[in-house]
Order: sequence, then C-alpha cells, then structure tokens
Amino acid sequence: MLIREIKTLLDAQILSGEQMLDQDVAEAFASDMMSDVLAFANPHCVLLTGLCNPQVIRTAEMLDVSCIVFVRGKPLDSEILNLARAKDMCVLHTEKGMYTTCGILYSSGL
Amino acid sequence: MSECLTFEYQVSGDDFTRAGEASSDVKNKLKMMGVDSGVIRRVAIAMYEGEINMVIHADGGSIKVLVSDDNIRLILADTGPGIPDVEKAMQQGYSTAPEEVRSLGFGAGMGLPNMKKFSDNMQIDTEVGVGTTVTMDIHL
Repeated sequence: MLIREIKTLLDAQILSGEQMLDQDVAEAFASDMMSDVLAFANPHCVLLTGLCNPQVIRTAEMLDVSCIVFVRGKPLDSEILNLARAKDMCVLHTEKGMYTTCGILYSSGL
Repeated sequence: MSECLTFEYQVSGDDFTRAGEASSDVKNKLKMMGVDSGVIRRVAIAMYEGEINMVIHADGGSIKVLVSDDNIRLILADTGPGIPDVEKAMQQGYSTAPEEVRSLGFGAGMGLPNMKKFSDNMQIDTEVGVGTTVTMDIHL
C-alpha cells in the first residue's frame, strides 16, 4: 500500500516527508510501548502510535521504519517533527483512534 | 587478535529526550562502513535499549563500541544502583521502572530481554550500590 493511500484512508495530515508519499509499505505495527516495537516490529513497517515524544522517532530510526502515523489527534511538538525531518521520515497525523486506524488499514489490505 | 575500531560515548542521565543519540551515531558510522543492514539493526536496537536503561536507572554512563573484522562488541558501563536479581531482570515483562518512564513508552520489562535477543552473546556484571556493565557481542 502506498503511503499516499494510507493518508487518504485515515484522512490524515502529512507533517513531514511529503516526498515519500509514493513509497510502498507492506505491513504495519501498532503500539504505544516502544520496547514492544523494538522487540516485535518488522523493519520497514509503518508504525502506528499514540505516544508523542522524540523516542518514537528514535525507535523508528533503529528499526529502519520510515513512516509513522500518530493517532488520536494528539499535538506534536517541534522537537519531534524536527527530529523526524532530520531523519527523512514521513509523519502522518490522524484524528482517528488506534482501533479505528488499525481496522481501516487492515480491512483495506495492509 | 585483529585490529579494532573503537567509538566511545558518554550518556547523560538527565535528559530522556536525548537518549538514543549515541546509538543513532553508531548506526550511521556502521552504515558508512558498509556493514550489513541486518547486523546494523541488531546493534542499533541492542545499544539503544541499553542507552535507555542507563538513562532510566543509572543516571547515565559510558558506552564503548569495538568493531573488528568479525565482531561488534558493545560495552555499556554505569555507576548506578546495580541489579539485585539479574535472573528476574531478564524475564520479559519484569520492570522496576517508575510509572513516569512507562508513560514515555519504555519500562515494559523488555529492555534486557531485547538486548539478549538482538545480540549473539550478552554478559551482565553487576554489584548493588556499585554499578552495572553489560557486554554484548554481535557477530559479523
């Protein structure tokens, strides 16, 4: 699934990495616990999380994750976004909750 | 013994938002050296978990990374409180991290198990009240 399709399906805003909208992703991993992400997520997945701190970007970096979807519409501060831009990551931001986000993406084939 | 390339870092204990900078730097260095991406990921995750642990539990510490032809060794040393029961600390889900740390996405009791999972060999030398040194090897 293209990141562009994820953006449309989730009615999401793109806050960083617009040049990556046509990148293809095969799977997603959803968690607010970064240790679980590090333990169980496959590299290059899309990370879905409601946690908003710079360690989300760091965790994604360690796993070679290039797209993060922040759910529940929580505001992201400039520190998070600056780090994401520095690491060339695509950041999407949706008002939808985690359950709804997962359901939409799963039922759409991701 | 083959020649080693050594990188050293000091990890500050008072700034959680900066935790991971050393791991990020090592990841970039190994990438420039042409190391296999799967190996880099394992090194990065193992070191990052260790770095986070240092910040959460030990008010920082030092990290030494030794790169030789066939191995990457990570030595993470702190002068923190030490680990009273290593066997328990190695269990998935066991955590002594405060609630504040959990709200930051860590402290789920996966740190040390993850470090073991992503390294080929891990040794913990710890003494209560003195500190902890974790040595991990990731083979190339």
